[in-house]
Amino acid sequence: MDDAVTTTTTAADWGAVHSRPDFAELRRAQRRFAFPVAALFLAWYLLYVLLADFAHGFMATKLFGNVTTGLVLGLLQFVSTFAIAGLYSRYANNTLDPLAERIRSRTELDRP
Amino acid sequence: MKAESSPVLNIGIFAVFVVITLVVVFRVSRGPKTATDFFTAGRAFTGRQNGIAIAGDYLSAAAFLGITGAIAVYGYDGFLYSIGFLVAWLVALLLVAELLRNTGRFTMADVLSFRMEQGPVRTAAAISTLAVTFFYLLAQMNGAGGLVALLLGVTGEVGQAVVVSVVGVLMIVYVLVGGMKGTTWVQIIKAVMLIAGALVMCAWVLARYDFDFSALLGRAADRGGDAMLAPGKQYGATSLSRVDFLSLGLTLVLGTAGLPHVLMRFYTVPSAREARRSVLWAIGLIGGFLLMTTVLGYGAAALVGADRITSAPGKANSAVPLLALELGGPVLLGLIAAVAFATILAVVAGLTITASASFAHDVYLNVVKKNSPAAVASQVKVARWAAVLIGLVSIAGGIATNGQNVAFLVALAFAVAASANLPTILFSLFWKRFTTAGALWSIYGGLGTTLVLIVFSPVVSGATTSILPAADFSWFPLSNPGLVSIPLSFLLGYLGTVLSTEPADHAKYVEMEVRALTGAGAERATGEPA
Repeated sequence: MDDAVTTTTTAADWGAVHSRPDFAELRRAQRRFAFPVAALFLAWYLLYVLLADFAHGFMATKLFGNVTTGLVLGLLQFVSTFAIAGLYSRYANNTLDPLAERIRSRTELDRP
Repeated sequence: MKAESSPVLNIGIFAVFVVITLVVVFRVSRGPKTATDFFTAGRAFTGRQNGIAIAGDYLSAAAFLGITGAIAVYGYDGFLYSIGFLVAWLVALLLVAELLRNTGRFTMADVLSFRMEQGPVRTAAAISTLAVTFFYLLAQMNGAGGLVALLLGVTGEVGQAVVVSVVGVLMIVYVLVGGMKGTTWVQIIKAVMLIAGALVMCAWVLARYDFDFSALLGRAADRGGDAMLAPGKQYGATSLSRVDFLSLGLTLVLGTAGLPHVLMRFYTVPSAREARRSVLWAIGLIGGFLLMTTVLGYGAAALVGADRITSAPGKANSAVPLLALELGGPVLLGLIAAVAFATILAVVAGLTITASASFAHDVYLNVVKKNSPAAVASQVKVARWAAVLIGLVSIAGGIATNGQNVAFLVALAFAVAASANLPTILFSLFWKRFTTAGALWSIYGGLGTTLVLIVFSPVVSGATTSILPAADFSWFPLSNPGLVSIPLSFLLGYLGTVLSTEPADHAKYVEMEVRALTGAGAERATGEPA
């Protein structure tokens, strides 16, 4: 039955993994990327919203042809979103996944 | 438009979609179903499949018709929606998706209640889940009525009620027969149709201007004024409307990662790595689609003109159908109409399975039956009944609100998700000291504040555009409560925690953190060895 909880892992087992240095390293690595980048893209998004909201003249400046500053900054939001997603993917594949893999293979947690 | 469009053709193309999806749903859903099969499709979808399904779940008719229409009529201010809609996915990618996938099993409440007192926190999370999904569902069902008036020329109340009922019944069938697996395939098929349809129209519009985007913008500005190319046409009128827009922007960017039907999709893949791939695919597809709606919106402004759009039935929502008619005549209109209907069907099916899973797994199994073995076996049956009930209630709601403008319900769903859900999710995952009291304060505080502020806002009374234009009991000036309710919910979560007498369960926190980051003990796909 897939709903039965069949794990025999105890609180002590989880605690043992939690106090391993490589687990501390994994947690640090995850937060080191996620927190600053989240703060960065939220700040950049808020800056953009505030400009769109209160700096109409600036956003209406035509840069080339009929393309305004507002449109360029809006498209840059798309570009930065794609770029951050790509960078995170590479970071997670190269740094986070191997760390998590190593911890799982060196501990008994996966086995029920 | 009615004179040129062909209702028979539109219905015919839509019927083909329904037949294809029903065949697929019946074919993929053979055999008995455990809870894991019914709620998560056995966790066997790949990241790419799930990413496409997420796009299908997220890109509602409001996104396709609404955003395009807003750009066609208001120009740049419509484009602003798209950006919040997309950037929000980075919150899900960096902070939520993988950790949630590793810690929970079926619902958002699994994660929120992981290290808290089960009963109260699960109840709160389930109430918030049901509130968000119900608001969203009602908006979609109501939209179905408006859409038939627009696309099929069915303007009689009875005819619209029949269409709303057909949509509701189909949605119940998809969920009952297909469970999460069938629902996911409906979303995948719809996402492919929607993106293909947008791509064709986008290329067609650009071809009319020799693939010169600046020339397209120029024509849109000739017809709608230079204000089309810069912000302010819709939100720039007063300083109050500007603050309202700031509030909307905050709600959009923080709401997505708290939408229960989006979160539930992360359980349909076998690992956190596939959950990450899901979001990457979703970001690519949703971003690409929103860029195309920008071209379509300016295309409609240039080729159809805002005056013709706003005087058509359905107002801004008719921008896409009118543009399709202008470009490719009744056949393209028929295809796009079918895509719009498919969109509603796929979204409501996703919402229904989320609400029924929360009712069966959170309320029935874990709160009422305290996880008793007999109830574990019967939770799928309860979920099926819940799906029927939710379907019937939403049909009734769609018919009862027919003709009224309930577009604010989508914004309300996002506001509740951003206020009641996201702060609690983030505190749960990242703050060691977070307690049961903190979770309850943050969920009920966020939900309550959002609802109270909406009721006493110009959305409900005190303005000509209100639901009750004759009454005036509004005292909250903003239509979007997020600017107040989101920070308040974070604050309440903090205060509830530091003021609670019970300390956090440290052992549970340790277990949750190890599970979340390493994926140890996380559920694999059905049949895959651990």
